[in-house]
Amino acid sequence: MIPELGLFALVLALAVAAVLGVLPLVGAHRGDSSWMAIGRSAAQAQWLLIATAFGCLTYAFVTNDFSVLYVAEHSNSQLPTVYRVAAVWGGHEGSLLLWMLMLSSWTLAVSLLSRALPEAMVARVLGVLGLVSFGFLLFILMTSSPFERLLPAAADGRDLNPLLQDPGLVIHPPMLYMGYVGFSVAFAFAIAALLSGQLDAAWARWSRPWTTTAWIFLTLGVGLGSGWAYYELGWGGWWFWDPVENASFMPWLLGTALMHSLAVTEKRGAFKNWTVLLAIGAFSLSLLGTFLVRSGVLTSVHAFATDPRRGIFILTFLGVVIGSSLFLFAWRAPKVGLGGRFALMSRETLLLMNNVLLAVAAGSVLLGTLYPLIIDALALGKISVGPPYFETVFVPLMVPLLFLIGLGPSARWKEASVIDLARRLRVAAGVALAAGIILPFALGSWKPLIGLGVLLAVWVAAATVTDIRNRLKNSAGGKPPRAFWGMHLAHIGVAVFVIGVTLVKGYESEKDVRMAPGDTVLVGGYSVRLVGITNRTGPNYSAVVGELELSKDGRLLRSLNPEKRKYFSSEMPMTEAAIDTGFFRDVYVSLGEPVGEKDGSGAWSVRVHHKPFVDWIWGGCLLMALGGLIAVTDRRYRLKVKGVAA
Amino acid sequence: MKSRHKRIALIVGGLASLGVAAYFVLGALNSNIALFYTPTQVTAGEAPKDRAFRIGGLVKTGTVQRNAMTIHFVVTDTAKDIPVAFTGILPDLFKEGKGVVAQGRLAANGEFVASEVLAKHDENYMPPEAKQAIDEAQKTNKTLKKTL
Repeated sequence: MIPELGLFALVLALAVAAVLGVLPLVGAHRGDSSWMAIGRSAAQAQWLLIATAFGCLTYAFVTNDFSVLYVAEHSNSQLPTVYRVAAVWGGHEGSLLLWMLMLSSWTLAVSLLSRALPEAMVARVLGVLGLVSFGFLLFILMTSSPFERLLPAAADGRDLNPLLQDPGLVIHPPMLYMGYVGFSVAFAFAIAALLSGQLDAAWARWSRPWTTTAWIFLTLGVGLGSGWAYYELGWGGWWFWDPVENASFMPWLLGTALMHSLAVTEKRGAFKNWTVLLAIGAFSLSLLGTFLVRSGVLTSVHAFATDPRRGIFILTFLGVVIGSSLFLFAWRAPKVGLGGRFALMSRETLLLMNNVLLAVAAGSVLLGTLYPLIIDALALGKISVGPPYFETVFVPLMVPLLFLIGLGPSARWKEASVIDLARRLRVAAGVALAAGIILPFALGSWKPLIGLGVLLAVWVAAATVTDIRNRLKNSAGGKPPRAFWGMHLAHIGVAVFVIGVTLVKGYESEKDVRMAPGDTVLVGGYSVRLVGITNRTGPNYSAVVGELELSKDGRLLRSLNPEKRKYFSSEMPMTEAAIDTGFFRDVYVSLGEPVGEKDGSGAWSVRVHHKPFVDWIWGGCLLMALGGLIAVTDRRYRLKVKGVAA
Repeated sequence: MKSRHKRIALIVGGLASLGVAAYFVLGALNSNIALFYTPTQVTAGEAPKDRAFRIGGLVKTGTVQRNAMTIHFVVTDTAKDIPVAFTGILPDLFKEGKGVVAQGRLAANGEFVASEVLAKHDENYMPPEAKQAIDEAQKTNKTLKKTL
């Protein structure tokens, strides 16, 4: 009964989405305020219906209702309750429903927090979001309903993929989807601007907090995904340039470009067309990411060809969204105008270069991700594009970008003087150069790429500090706004991230060794001794547990207990790494397999890693997200909303 | 500087940097793709001798041998076999009789020295490359039988 209720709620939501997608837009076009007003109530009704559907599916999971096909495929009666909830988005159908819940939540947020905006603008934004919802609801109902029954009911479920039974997975997809889907609001604002022809500083100020909020979630989502891969996959890697990862990284790159370009549109009225194009691009890449992950093309182009319904639907949807928005852009953009003029050397130009670099980076990731698919689809053979490609392309693109991060905030709008900039930043440049030369020696050995990475990270940090000091000294403009602190904190986050990546790439040491009880292995100045191997039984798995002692200079630090699990419901083994996390380094231990059966020594192959500064990677992501959060709470976005709501 | 000159400078600069970027990106792509070969193709000598490539197929049952940290096994597409050596820790889902994809180079003695062994996802999943290798081998097998 409950699953049918969920399905019914979805069908009703589709009808509401149709209303939301048509009436407010027509109303805004005609200037009919009663039609425009429908937008808000429809958005709220839609959220209630989708939340109901989502609640019904969660209920089916928590109560182990294996008469629902999707539940039977992704859950099991032995599964702990918290993972039963996470299993709701553990498969295709449920994750689409989560996507939809996020989209309707963003729509709801727009309807609640936009009281200061002109009625017609709100109506258009909600209308566009309604059209997107309509497409996705149609997709769910036609090809991927999670409420399909399985009769007779299964005695027990097939279980959730063990890889996904992890706290990281409980929060990673919701964060990522919040970010992905959040760009739909930026997109809706862009389309609304094209429809109305109003694309000015006020528009940019309305659009900015939404874009930044989406970006915060996406930053956290991508960071969490990388952290999850690091401790859950048992390889010690933190980024694999896997197509699924790239699918989330491409919208992040364009979203970052969009945030910066919106700043120019707000402050100087320039880059209007470009901003709109970026908003369309970021959302299109979110949709493309959904297509890549959800259609099965990644597993195999041929798998896609044998069950093409889902893929074709998303591809068509993608085509309609991109096609119609680009058409609208071509039609309306000439009316928008170019905006403020600026000199060749100005903050505008620096931000334009930032945008070009980020867009090229997104394009090259796109190329590397799609190339194997295209080659395969054309039957030209099978190829794979590995991490070396992405690394070769990324380093040369990120070097100038990092250099620009240091320059940008110190450069004046409209026209900046090179001499003035050089005078202001010469100390920062000196500090960075010195750090790039000296620090690597202090940490071990000097290599060109390590020196460059340290130099750029310290450059970003030092230039940021310089700009903050200058701003505080010349306090003529009053106290700096929160957006100022947010930007600088996010840039410090980039510096921290770059330090993490540089040092872990440069100094990490990995050892795959055979260890019998009593054996010791040395890695990065630490010694790891295998004490023994024992067995343990968990709620839905049995595990072999290694007991290892980590010590430095003869002093015992702690014991590490990596596991090798076997889940009862599937024969799939799982490696659970044991990590000693530290501010300056991680020691990472995971079990391979027993290799001492022949000689009876009880030896195992063990992977031992020493990873300097690896946690700075995620620390940097957190700082970036925190910076975004501080920027979003800036008074100039807040006052407007509060002033009217009160 | 006149605004027309400025615009031209921006456009020329933009196009030049895009051109340079495209040159490097395509160059990097060209030198970093790994082509895929089936064991049958490798046996026929079609695989490159001087660069890394991928092979795929099934881990032949009863061929996995451990020698300290080096593992030797045979990858088969049911028609032809390729001996493979790998030093390190294999992924969780590496199993005899299951699909596998390996990236590496062909050594002088005809053994494929893998730098990376991939066996991902769940236990019933077959890497697409491995599946294709087996399908192709079986197709040729059938046509051979027909002609005989």
